[in-house]
Amino acid sequence: MKLSLEIVRTALRTLRQHKLRSALTMLGVTIGVGSVIAMVSMGQGARALVKAQIEGLGSNMLFVFAGSTTTGGARFGTGTAFTLTIEDARAIQRECLSVALVSYGKRETNQVVYGNQNWNTVITGVTPEYRLIRNWTLSSGTFFTDRDTERATTVCVLGQKVAESLFLGENPLGKTVIIKKVPFRVIGVMESRGAIAGGERDQDDQIFIPFTTAEWKIMGSVLPGYVSIIYASATSNEAIPEAEEQIKELLRQRHNITKDQADDFIIMNLRDIAAFREATGKILTYLLGSIASVSLVVGGIGIMNIMLVSVSERTREVGIRMAVGAKRRDILVQFLVESVVLSCIGGLIGLALGVGGSQLLSLIGRWPVLISPLMILVAFSFSVLVGVVFGLYPANQASRLNPIDALRYE
Amino acid sequence: MPKKELIVVKDISKVYRMGEVEVHALRGVSLKVAVGEFLAVMGPSGAGKSTFMNILGCLDGPTSGEYILDGQKVSSLNSNELAEIRNKKVGFVFQSFNLLPRSTALENVELPLLYSGVLYKTRREKAMSVLWSMGLKGREYYTPSRLSGGEQQRVAIARAIINEPSLILADEPTGNLDSMNAAEVMKIFKELNKRGITIILITHESDIAQYARRRIVFRDGKVTEDTEATLSLREGGVV
Ligand SMILES: Nc1ncnc2c1ncn2[C@@H]1O[C@H](COP(=O)(O)OP(=O)(O)O)[C@@H](O)[C@H]1O
Ligand SMILES: [Mg+2]
Repeated sequence: MKLSLEIVRTALRTLRQHKLRSALTMLGVTIGVGSVIAMVSMGQGARALVKAQIEGLGSNMLFVFAGSTTTGGARFGTGTAFTLTIEDARAIQRECLSVALVSYGKRETNQVVYGNQNWNTVITGVTPEYRLIRNWTLSSGTFFTDRDTERATTVCVLGQKVAESLFLGENPLGKTVIIKKVPFRVIGVMESRGAIAGGERDQDDQIFIPFTTAEWKIMGSVLPGYVSIIYASATSNEAIPEAEEQIKELLRQRHNITKDQADDFIIMNLRDIAAFREATGKILTYLLGSIASVSLVVGGIGIMNIMLVSVSERTREVGIRMAVGAKRRDILVQFLVESVVLSCIGGLIGLALGVGGSQLLSLIGRWPVLISPLMILVAFSFSVLVGVVFGLYPANQASRLNPIDALRYE
Repeated sequence: MPKKELIVVKDISKVYRMGEVEVHALRGVSLKVAVGEFLAVMGPSGAGKSTFMNILGCLDGPTSGEYILDGQKVSSLNSNELAEIRNKKVGFVFQSFNLLPRSTALENVELPLLYSGVLYKTRREKAMSVLWSMGLKGREYYTPSRLSGGEQQRVAIARAIINEPSLILADEPTGNLDSMNAAEVMKIFKELNKRGITIILITHESDIAQYARRRIVFRDGKVTEDTEATLSLREGGVV
């Protein structure tokens, strides 16, 4: 059989002759390829979303956390040690040339009450520059100003989610909420920023109050003058590394850190955070992908199983073909092509189901989905490979039969 | 004029090993068959006739001895060359027909052409005409299960002759047929022999054997008789 089309046609005919069996065999590969595509699309979709969200945060931003990589490890928004002060923040503003704006903050989780509604959320005490650094606009009202900081006024700006949860559609502006028995007047509501998928709690689930108010009236003044986080924006995107370097130098100097000592603070820029999240997303994608690949391998074993059954069932057929002149190679190719055709068709159906399924998932489940052509190509090639690898053994078995033994086989 | 020899078999033996037991199916068989002969092979069941036939058809190899087919020493050939011989030089007809059950009559007949690389259109045409010459017009697209025994055997004969072999080996081809179908099949063999094809045919029945001009008898793995049909028989018009 020199004619490749002929071989494929023969294989197709044979598979048609055993419809149910062929369908069941393909099912394994179909499920394998389908789930690989669905899983990886979900993983990649999540990654793309995270990336978009992080870029939306304001890409010139730098965070300085208290703590060190050796003792604490950085957790977004919480200082594990008390090493940063308001004076540090002011010094950065004064002396670091590549830094445009500086803000600082303290956070605490607390109960907020409005009327008979209450809500557990994060109270963030910051200076007004925070909003500018984060490049965050308000959906209504205003953010507090330096005057509020100076006087430690009891005003607050609600995150979108807090506003929805406490006010249930009512207009919050001018209303009073109670935090730790202190009444606060709502002067603004932030625009929705959403959760960073796979990470932090919802950014919309917090309340902003002036830093001084937080320090004196809410969080107690155990350590007055200390902050848990300093926010800074670089003068430009390109200036981020310089800004980072300048801040590092300044803080080391101010904290009297000698050359052989480690920093007692951690500087992160959004690119670092993006990279970290990206890595997490990648791991997620690989994890999902490899789980799904297992099912593809299981599908391949299914093919091998059926092909082995098929070979022993068709031993007589092999004998007849050999008796009329089929060479070993002809028999090998015949069975191999059958298994590859099976896995290809199974793979194509799986591809359609995988793409369709993940679209459906993004529509119904609102999960972000990203389908890349490369992934489709890889998944499909893999299914062809499965056909070759798992078809080879049975095909080889068939081709090694002795003509007369095969003919006599009952 | 010396007749050209198609088959030369020298002292062939075949031993089957089944665990501890050795079965001597052939114990030193020597035979010459000339081009164009019609040979009947007879003998009791288990005498080694089929074993001998399978060796002649290159489906199996002898344990020892030499087999020369059309001047070619078969024992020195590799599996591809043997496949080539089965494809081009030899046509096999079995008692149990050995047709592919899920393929049509036409596809079954085409099979040898498929393995000699003949293109689809030529293959179809040729298979069709051979099938028709076997009186099977209208049965082209039937699968074997829808054909009678006689029809199945004629499909098998069509398949055996489609590549125009010089030798046809038939192992009890009429064993599963009623006398009318058997007679028809034998008529076909006789016709083919007239065209110059060498035919070797195993049979139990002496009336079938009478179609052949030469008759050998196997007993216990050996050829015990080798007779040409007598003139009187031929004149009697049987042959
Ligand atoms: N594949 C085999 N394995 C073992 N013994 C076999 C095999 N084929 C044939 N035989 C034995 O060889 C002997 C000859 O068999 P066979 O050639 O089929 O006889 P016949 O065709 O004359 O009836 C028998 O005893 C048979 O049992
Ligand atoms: Mg026999």
